[in-house]
Amino acid sequence: MSTEREVLLDIKDLHVTFGSGKKAFEAVRGVSFQVYRGETFGIVGESGSGKTTIGRAIMRIHPTSAGEILYKGSRINGKISRQLDRQIIQEIQMIFQDPMASLNERAKVDYIVSEGLLNLNRKLSNEERMKRVQQALAEVGLLPEFASRFPHEFSGGQRQRIGIARALIMEPECIIADEPISALDVSIRAQVLNLLASLQKSKGITYIFIAHDLSVMRYFSDRIAVVYKGRIVELAETEELITHAAHPYTKALLSAIPMPDPVKEREKKLTVYDPSLHDYDKNPPEWREFRPGHFILANDREIKEGFRE
Amino acid sequence: MVIHMNQEVILSVRELNIKFTLRGQELHAIRNVSLDIYKGESIAVVGESGSGKSVLTKSFMGLLDNNGFISSGEILYGGKDLAKYKSEKEWQKIRGGEIAMIMQDPMTSLNPLKTIGEQIAEAVRLHQPDIKGKEAVRDKVYAYLQDVGIRKPELRYKQYPHEFSGGMRQRVVIAIALACNPKILICDEPTTALDVTIQAQIMRLLKDLKVKYDLTILFITHDLGVVANIADRVAVMYAGDFVEIGTAEDVFYDPRHPYTWALLSSLPQLGQKGEELFTIKGTPPSLYKAVKGDAFAPRNPRALEIDFLMAPPVFEISETHKAKTWLLDPRAPKLEPPEGIRNLKNLEVLG
Repeated sequence: MSTEREVLLDIKDLHVTFGSGKKAFEAVRGVSFQVYRGETFGIVGESGSGKTTIGRAIMRIHPTSAGEILYKGSRINGKISRQLDRQIIQEIQMIFQDPMASLNERAKVDYIVSEGLLNLNRKLSNEERMKRVQQALAEVGLLPEFASRFPHEFSGGQRQRIGIARALIMEPECIIADEPISALDVSIRAQVLNLLASLQKSKGITYIFIAHDLSVMRYFSDRIAVVYKGRIVELAETEELITHAAHPYTKALLSAIPMPDPVKEREKKLTVYDPSLHDYDKNPPEWREFRPGHFILANDREIKEGFRE
Repeated sequence: MVIHMNQEVILSVRELNIKFTLRGQELHAIRNVSLDIYKGESIAVVGESGSGKSVLTKSFMGLLDNNGFISSGEILYGGKDLAKYKSEKEWQKIRGGEIAMIMQDPMTSLNPLKTIGEQIAEAVRLHQPDIKGKEAVRDKVYAYLQDVGIRKPELRYKQYPHEFSGGMRQRVVIAIALACNPKILICDEPTTALDVTIQAQIMRLLKDLKVKYDLTILFITHDLGVVANIADRVAVMYAGDFVEIGTAEDVFYDPRHPYTWALLSSLPQLGQKGEELFTIKGTPPSLYKAVKGDAFAPRNPRALEIDFLMAPPVFEISETHKAKTWLLDPRAPKLEPPEGIRNLKNLEVLG
């Protein structure tokens, strides 16, 4: 992947703060990255690391406190024109973690899937709407008659498909998938991942894939950013990140992936990340290119001598 | 741990059938299951949602829903048949003190209005009456907190569940289970709600506690990937019946049942980038109707003709390894497991 690829999203020194004054909590503390058109950009980190907040800031759900989010070159955080707002709503969509909680229990699938469409175009004819719903359902592998049913009639995997159809109907260019498979059974996980992959192939959708689990990430993402306490600590292409992980936190995440090999698993040493290993008080870390295309948050000493283990 | 057949059996399930009545219909959730659990082992029961894995273990503690009942079979524990237990009074002797359970979601299994120290102390007072006096109970609670890896127990004792992270709460739940002084610990998806790093730490913790407290551990999970580390034996459940059981080595390195193959193949850990992940087509059979033949046959693209007609018997592959598939019949064609899972031994980590 080289620099000549089109940058779809450019995030520059993004900060997100919740609360104010003494109670202020900075959930995202200056992250910068670019997402190229058509790629899958993975954001991995533990609960509370701020990975979801980054996704939601891009969606304009959380206001940003500093920094810029550029979408196709224009700024989309803070105050923007009504027209741009509508464009963003249509072009950036989201898929949520829990398919049991993210669908309106009292609405039929037909309404759930087309609600966003109606919001953008109130004059949409009923026939046109139904046609688009049917098409979106077909694309995610659901039958057209499902449109008249309620969410509780479906299994977890089917519900997640409905969530994906709801995003697809808007014909988005970018989908932010926030832990889309962690609430699903293993066998259904594979189905949903395959569906997302095939949609990307046929429609060229860009994904921002948020998860806590590197085992899914390394299969699914082109590039991965590792987030720890509101900062990206390492970013590289998937293969590069896995074979040349440098940051101790990335290493801890890698060592935690459970592998289906009992003998090896029993011998495996678990790496636990200890943030006190860094000497950042006197020598603060900087975001730098460590190998070509491989970025890392480290201070001078760590670059020279390597990270303490 | 090597499993020998002459090892002491702590709990034995014999030809157990569990049914539920739902809207006038009968659902056959556990279909003639037999299983011996050995003292001191950790065994994992693996299956999809709805396979009956939770129903089976709930029946060991008398926790079946009101519309569920054991229609036949035995659950032998400590010389008694738990399947015959009816009253709550009988069950109280088993629950906690003999068999304890850790649930999936630590957020919902703690009382938000009581300090965690008080919640552990409650279990100590109830199940270890020989520990007398406030101080003695409190010291015991401190010891449990330390054993589950919670530092500064004096401070943590007085805190409420909302002051703990998900992983820490699961540790508290484990401490409560330990305070009951159980012989068998059932862990029902103990880590699915947790992050990977925390998941790995909790698994290690359970492994250490098993040795320290001389426990027998029964894991329930849908994810074969997470049990390789901890399970001595793995039992694969499908549609209310075990289709394969063996040591972890047997099941991961030499799986025999097509359903085990399918479960292993669909692990994202084994996926090759750019290629489709393996998926299991279709849905499990309805257990309202009698299952004909091999329950997995309709979803198995390589099913044999006989799979649709007759249920396979249990074939013994070795002393420790058994599977219920016609593929093991001498007359069956020789089918190789799918390529992706043939060589799990010495798998390159993330190759």
